[in-house]
Amino acid sequence: MKAAVLVFPGINRERDMARTLRLISGRDPAIVWHTETELPSGTDLVVIPGGFSYGDYLRCGAIAARSPIMDAVRIYAAKGGLVLAVCNGFQIACEAGLLPGVLMRNARLKFVCRDIFLKVERSDTPFTRGYNAGQVIRVPTAHGEGNYTADADTIARLEGEGCVIFRYVGPDGTRDPAFNVNGSTNAIAGIINERGNVLGMMPHPENHVEAAIGPTDGRGLFAGLVEALDRAA
Amino acid sequence: MTPELISEHGLKPEEYDRILKLIGREPSLTELGIFSAMWNEHCSYKSSKVHLRTLPTKGPWVIQGPGENAGVIDIGDGLACVFKMESHNHPSYIEPYQGAATGVGGILRDVFTMGARPIACLNALSFGAPSHPKTRHLVSGVVAGIGGYGNSFGVPTVGGSVRFHARYDGNCLVNAMAVGIAHKDQIFYAAASGIGMPIVYLGSKTGRDGIHGASMASAEFDEDSEEKRPTVQVGDPFSEKLLLEACLEIMQKGCVIAIQDMGAAGLTCSAVEMGAKGDLGVTLDLDKVPCREKGMSAYEMMLSESQERMLMVLRPDKEEEAEAIFRKWGLDFALVGETTPSKRFIVRHGGDVMADLPIKELGDQAPEYKRPFVHGVKPKEIEAETVQAPVGIVEALEKLLATPDLCSKRWVWEQYDHVILGNTVQRPGGDAAVVRIEDGPKGLALATDVTPRYCEADPFEGGKQAVAECWRNLTAVGSKPLAITDNLNFGNPERPEIMGQFVGCIRGIAEACKALDFPVVSGNVSLYNETNGRAILPTPSIGGVGLIDDFKKSATLAFKRAGETILLVGETTGWLGQSMYLREICGREEGAPPPVDLTEERENGDFVRALILDGTATAAHDLSDGGLLVGLAEMAMASLVGADLSPAPSDIPAHAHWFGEDQARYLVTVQTSDVDGVLVRAKAANVPVWAIGKTGGDTLTLAGERPILVTILRERFEAWLPAYMAGQL
Repeated sequence: MKAAVLVFPGINRERDMARTLRLISGRDPAIVWHTETELPSGTDLVVIPGGFSYGDYLRCGAIAARSPIMDAVRIYAAKGGLVLAVCNGFQIACEAGLLPGVLMRNARLKFVCRDIFLKVERSDTPFTRGYNAGQVIRVPTAHGEGNYTADADTIARLEGEGCVIFRYVGPDGTRDPAFNVNGSTNAIAGIINERGNVLGMMPHPENHVEAAIGPTDGRGLFAGLVEALDRAA
Repeated sequence: MTPELISEHGLKPEEYDRILKLIGREPSLTELGIFSAMWNEHCSYKSSKVHLRTLPTKGPWVIQGPGENAGVIDIGDGLACVFKMESHNHPSYIEPYQGAATGVGGILRDVFTMGARPIACLNALSFGAPSHPKTRHLVSGVVAGIGGYGNSFGVPTVGGSVRFHARYDGNCLVNAMAVGIAHKDQIFYAAASGIGMPIVYLGSKTGRDGIHGASMASAEFDEDSEEKRPTVQVGDPFSEKLLLEACLEIMQKGCVIAIQDMGAAGLTCSAVEMGAKGDLGVTLDLDKVPCREKGMSAYEMMLSESQERMLMVLRPDKEEEAEAIFRKWGLDFALVGETTPSKRFIVRHGGDVMADLPIKELGDQAPEYKRPFVHGVKPKEIEAETVQAPVGIVEALEKLLATPDLCSKRWVWEQYDHVILGNTVQRPGGDAAVVRIEDGPKGLALATDVTPRYCEADPFEGGKQAVAECWRNLTAVGSKPLAITDNLNFGNPERPEIMGQFVGCIRGIAEACKALDFPVVSGNVSLYNETNGRAILPTPSIGGVGLIDDFKKSATLAFKRAGETILLVGETTGWLGQSMYLREICGREEGAPPPVDLTEERENGDFVRALILDGTATAAHDLSDGGLLVGLAEMAMASLVGADLSPAPSDIPAHAHWFGEDQARYLVTVQTSDVDGVLVRAKAANVPVWAIGKTGGDTLTLAGERPILVTILRERFEAWLPAYMAGQL
């Protein structure tokens, strides 16, 4: 795996992400500053981490999406390169046109940091091959604007084409508005693009990977990616 | 200078006379502003200094005690822990979101100014009675502000405390603590050195916000306090995150001789402190200061408290390198002055000298007062036998768990990102938070504590208790407590009875710190927390740091499994004076608080820590507010494992046994096969230990009482705060 973690001013989970990638792949990712115009050669995974790029002072992710490095990411993604976009990264990916829809203010209007439960809808993607379809995983959220919304046609297309990858559920896997932490449409927590190479998700799998610290349900995502990339190489 | 103008600057006539004598002429308006900024209570500690000197501040592991931006302790492996707690009370009452946010911003800056990367934040919050019309608004704004700043900056907020009492109706308290890690040989200080060294302004631009903020925080409130909103600063966590990265980068590159953040009294205080501490003069050229708007006067620039700014003495040969780093992060970098041999503080603006003052007298030789104080009458001890139980034990427990002070604070801490950085081993809700240091195996335990009702009843015992409870909380997770930061919140020190509370609490804190080898390494004093002559409860918040060699050995309070034996460590006399039971169930805020025997604290704590570290204790919890049964319920609710409890001993009334607040006590669980061994060890260590029950089932069961489902207790425990904040109560 040759991962590149993008850093925009105000991003603050790049260290968490880099540590997790190192822990699971055994390799340090490249840290790529937003003013760069090219990704390091040989990059096979781009990670857009969480944080508050540009303070979230405009629409979340809107300014970062227009950074020089994002042009390179768009070209890379168009060629089928894998992109993992988490939290603020998901917001940036939506703003950059890599994924459809938008993340609005949480339905209950507050920032929420809490372990939540996700149902893994598909296991046949490079991001989720480490899980079983239908499996419920426990990972933390930490965001104020994660309420996924898109027009009805887009939602219907996402659902119809199997682009919804993670959904907020109760611990037993059932859909329940009480567990839809931010009020997302159809309890959507993570989606992939049509081509299946860009994943955006609000929760933080990178914070649940070490048994000594807590639950480890986030490992599957990274371990699956390592496996997928090693197989491709 | 008119007497009105002098008084508007918060200066007393005798202080103005002192200025006249000092400079031998009438000060300019800018100079008057500078004096008011440096000599107010908030910046000068003029009422408190003489007492603060009595606190123990040394220990072999103390690298830097009080007097710098933050305290520094040695945690081994070439690393140091840098930490401090500071209040932002007055601004938070006037404008809760920004007041609390900039409180967090200020304390984070204090920590990274010293070269440390912040790894955790905590806080201690006191609000008025839930029924007071402003309380909900203040809780909502303060919590959102703390979260808004810390979450965006990217530091986990891992712990704290929240309380309610009518005495905070007119003055809420927002005490924010930040903790950072630095390399021991890479600590940066404020004292300037070298003559003719360039002074550089870093960070955000200067605007007209927060002018006279420190002076505002040095006076009481009245009906017009709302009008002081313009003195509250506006926080920008995004800029602070950039400032953090840029500062750590220039420090690592060896560009920095001295550095000081611009907090209270902004440019004035930072420049004067750097000069005064280094025995040097400072000349500033205000034409070079980056400003948000045109036409700012010297007076405004010197008193602005715009946030996210730093002042640095730069290594002259590193100017280009340092500037490039700041430009990369999109921050201002401007040469605004230099150090001089004259020991004068000279401020130039538009070609004119706007101030020319002796720097030592402004800084470390500010006025100092020995204010008169009187000690209040100690309340009588309340005999447990004289307190009638108005309700049964189980009903009292159900009620207590749903009171504002004892209920779950999940509604608060879920608004704080407490998992970022991936090192949070124990999250909020336990006795102390535990965070891993870098990649481990060491961990830091962190907690904030104080019991203001004890301090009000008996300042000396209350001061002792605040330190002892913090020490106990750090011990209950298995750490060795190392040092504290104290954030002393009191009313108007010009009233002898308030000064008496202050002096009493300091004496108690000093005694406990000495007895527990738990020195004070940093702190902050907030006085004048008073509205229309009504003062807050004396609230000396204690923030403590403990070290655990292997974070994986830390204990949590949750019962682990059924069939284990519950041990009570420490003596139970059934002390009901000033207890939560007496206040919430009997409606009486009376009596002497429980005395703290520091020898017992130490013996019992050392015993419990040893049980945790050798793996004998499977769970541990300290006992404080609410007493034994509340502690047991907390352990059960954290795991949904119930317990079967032995009856109260016959020589103590049952309600006093279950709800008394005797100090120096812990609950631990052990495997039943280990009980005999533990009792033998306890006897040898002179520590009183009793087996009081067994874990198991889904109810708390007291002999002779109806069993109560743990899930029901948890519902009540979790329900109060969300319901209150939703306006349903």
